[in-house]
Amino acid sequence: MELLLYDAFNGLIVGMFYALMALGLSMILTLNSVVNMAHGGFLILGAYLAFTLEPYLGFWGALVAGPVIVMVFGLIVERVLIRPIYKREDPVYSLLLTFGLALIMQDVARTIWGPAGLPFAIPDALNSSLSSSFFFLTGYRAVVVAIAFFAVVGLMLVMRYTRIGIRIRAGIRDLETVSGLGVNIYVLRAVNFGAGCLLAGLAGVLAAGQLGLTPTMGESLIMPSFVAIIVGGVGSFLGSVLGGLLIGVAAGVMTTYYPAASDAVIYGIMALVLIVRPRGLMGQEGMFE
Amino acid sequence: MTIEDNFSKKVSRRTVLKAAATAGALQLVPPFIIKARGETPIKIGMVDPITGTYAALGTSEINGAKLALKQINHKGGILGRPVELVVEDSAANPGLSVQKAHKLIEKDGCSMLMGSVSSGVSLAVSPVAKEKGVVYMDTGGHIDAVTGKDCHWTTFRICTTTWMLAAGNAKTIADKFGKKWYFITPDYAYGHGLQADYAKLLESFGGTVMGNALSPLGTTDFSSYLIKAEQAKPDVLMILTGGNDTVNCLKQAVQFGLQHKMTISGSLQEMENLVALPPAALMGWWVFEWYWDQPGVPHVKQFVHEYRKLDRRKFNYPTARSWFGYAGMHSLAMAANNAKSVDAVKVARALEGMELPPEIALQPKKVFFRAGDHQLMSSEYPGYIPKHPSYPHMYKYVDVIEGDKIALPVSETGCKLDYPA
Amino acid sequence: MNSRYVRLGVLWLLLLTVPWWLPLVGGYTQLGTRVLVYALAAMGLNLLLGFTGGLSFGHAAYYGLGAYGVGLTLKYLAPSTPLALVVGTLVGGVAATLLGPTLMRRRGVYFAMITLAFGQLFYFIVVRWNNVTGGEDGLTGFVRQPLHFGHHVLPLHDVAFYYLVLFCFALATAIMGILLRSPLGHTWVAIRENRRRAQFLGIPVERYVWASFAISGFVTALAGGLNAMLNNFTSPLDLYWVLSGDFVIIAVLGGMRSFWGPLVGAIIYLYAQDYLSSLTDNWQSFIGLIFILVVLLFPRGMLGMLRMKARSA
Repeated sequence: MELLLYDAFNGLIVGMFYALMALGLSMILTLNSVVNMAHGGFLILGAYLAFTLEPYLGFWGALVAGPVIVMVFGLIVERVLIRPIYKREDPVYSLLLTFGLALIMQDVARTIWGPAGLPFAIPDALNSSLSSSFFFLTGYRAVVVAIAFFAVVGLMLVMRYTRIGIRIRAGIRDLETVSGLGVNIYVLRAVNFGAGCLLAGLAGVLAAGQLGLTPTMGESLIMPSFVAIIVGGVGSFLGSVLGGLLIGVAAGVMTTYYPAASDAVIYGIMALVLIVRPRGLMGQEGMFE
Repeated sequence: MTIEDNFSKKVSRRTVLKAAATAGALQLVPPFIIKARGETPIKIGMVDPITGTYAALGTSEINGAKLALKQINHKGGILGRPVELVVEDSAANPGLSVQKAHKLIEKDGCSMLMGSVSSGVSLAVSPVAKEKGVVYMDTGGHIDAVTGKDCHWTTFRICTTTWMLAAGNAKTIADKFGKKWYFITPDYAYGHGLQADYAKLLESFGGTVMGNALSPLGTTDFSSYLIKAEQAKPDVLMILTGGNDTVNCLKQAVQFGLQHKMTISGSLQEMENLVALPPAALMGWWVFEWYWDQPGVPHVKQFVHEYRKLDRRKFNYPTARSWFGYAGMHSLAMAANNAKSVDAVKVARALEGMELPPEIALQPKKVFFRAGDHQLMSSEYPGYIPKHPSYPHMYKYVDVIEGDKIALPVSETGCKLDYPA
Repeated sequence: MNSRYVRLGVLWLLLLTVPWWLPLVGGYTQLGTRVLVYALAAMGLNLLLGFTGGLSFGHAAYYGLGAYGVGLTLKYLAPSTPLALVVGTLVGGVAATLLGPTLMRRRGVYFAMITLAFGQLFYFIVVRWNNVTGGEDGLTGFVRQPLHFGHHVLPLHDVAFYYLVLFCFALATAIMGILLRSPLGHTWVAIRENRRRAQFLGIPVERYVWASFAISGFVTALAGGLNAMLNNFTSPLDLYWVLSGDFVIIAVLGGMRSFWGPLVGAIIYLYAQDYLSSLTDNWQSFIGLIFILVVLLFPRGMLGMLRMKARSA
């Protein structure tokens, strides 16, 4: 029973990563109508940049600088590669484009930083358990949860109360009308894409401290993020976040009983949701139908 | 932070080293006779990961082979013909490796194959070599079956078997730290085999297996398994994972403070993995298959010196993987020269029982290929990571255990060599 | 009309004589067989992608299931090549058929995401269930068996196996060709062109999409089974989403609106992959670059471009 509790709690922590990734992916998916297969690439870019900058800026400096640089890179990618294909109706093109970008980013990371795992150092103060009974709750993990939480809440607030946030939400409903109302949708889409990449970069830096830094880590985090979006419901940001937490906990609980199935279980949940409630737990009717 | 060079850009992926001109110039004969001597080079194909998770290990093996190649061609090649090494990237992907093996044999005309870092690739390539009648030197896939129940007359192996790894440090750990062990085992054939071997050995010393947590390959979060381990209250935590899995497991074990509650140990460890560990996680008792710092053993210093001239990466001291590639290439060349032929059957027969000379063995004990299963009897170096290690002094071995003494007898390996009638 | 038959004739003549001319241009028979296998997989996918407008980014799952079906049959059930092929094709095809209902109502990127995620579901089942499948190390221990025709035994060495694959390819493409020319095929194209209008015409669009998904699954599974026999080996990477992406790019590269597009795409892509991976460590970047260039510059693919040129001439 204790073990189950631990595993569930642990799953919640992992779920925060999924939630952070899913949120960024969801933003890009709904406003830019692009399935960003390269989201994992932005994640590792953030991680590797933080690793390179850490000796100069320290952990906290790298935590800020890494995602910001990724955001800038994301803005460039959006302008150069994504914008030309907005007018294409067939979504196959954006998928293939981001897929190709993902391959390149992973290969470049491997070439620059090497294929072996790199030791990403986290501050010593955070490198130990906070409690002896909940010994798996290290200072670092607590910080990760806190940062992710504030990032998500911060984003929600921006979406709710700032002008650009409202415009993005409106654009998701009906981009044409928003454009007709005189909003510069090019800027809107660029900002949205950049924000999504910022979240990916942030997730990358946080993940590097916990999971280790390799060129293939993006791949393993991107799939659960897709599932989180499907489970939580496309078009709902809160849904993506909750979806991420849910599958994190599910995978964690599965490790107690049958670890071999802990990856497959999240796809099982997805299948279940698709059969029972196809639009996702908090999804809106009519999205992509 | 300096950027680590993975692979020298000057060297092209397909390494072609023709030494014909050099060899010819060293001998005072008119040019036309050199041509007549057969300039057609002998090609040896190597399938190893250059990209992917195991790329660092693969690159070490390839560099070791290249050093050997240089030395072989300097001495006249094989049967007077220059030797070429043709390298293909397996990305540690068995399916791709099978394709590349076919390509090396059919398209490039390689007469011998070598390579592999992962057991999966070795198991996949071994039957291809047999089908094509080509000798295959498994440099780095450890699973018992390659020279055990799935052995073939064409397959030879340099690195030790999983049984030898287990026997390499089981007694050392049991004697020093206690006989109640908890295992974290990677959930696939190699892991199961390794854990079974350790369990058997442990029980033969009168010890107990407190538990065995199977972690799927590629697990990044070991919390759940470490929690289970902590609850079992063992003397020793045996971490049998490899590569990144071990890095993550160790990092997290240290973060949870488990090293204060039990001894952290494991099986095979490699330098390439150690450099990826953050300082706090550099600890534990392991077993190495070879180590660069062997004071008192002849030729090793020379090898280290030569190797570092060739390998231009940041962390370029030779590792066990480097030695696998080196010894593997030399073994093939020696056998072919001894047999005076590159015919696979003759080479295989020449390899059986062949002892490696000291400048290739680079170890204090006797090293030879066992005839019954084609397994090289090389030594294990159980030891530990010292406090505050700094590259390249990352390991201290406490013993050199002769392979022949700890390996399973041929009759128990399940190997039945299938020579053609 | 005539020129079309001439072109088809030339195509089949070339395919029939591959073992002779391919080595002359720096290839080898096994590469040719691989091209056919990938072309078949991509053509199966293209029934859905190019002709019905369904973006599946998880087709490798059915390919891989076909491969494991063949492997497990040969290993545990019976040493019979035809039986293994049938079992493999059924396993992959049935899986696709069963999944159809979950996504036949979706379109666009959401459809793609679901296919992607299901692809991963099968991937993880295969990877983790390693007692049966051999897990990450892949499935070994099976070999393609010689064919028995009455008393005559035909061992399937490289060249003979190429012709077996060609035979299956011919059979499958014949069936696909017939389907596409039938009312079913025309309905698919109508759905692709304007789904809403097709719905208004009273067509049960979802069922047609389902059928397209299912049939494409069977064809791709057959390709996967043939691949397993080509290598006498299969591994979870035959189900991985990267391979799914490869199939899509092959279809798009060759021209997804044309029937033979995927074949052209397979030739180009596999040749490039083979060549690049021997040339440079960074072959993956070049492959990624191909993806991006095709999307930005050649969205209609090779055959699509040729068609446009012909039209404007």
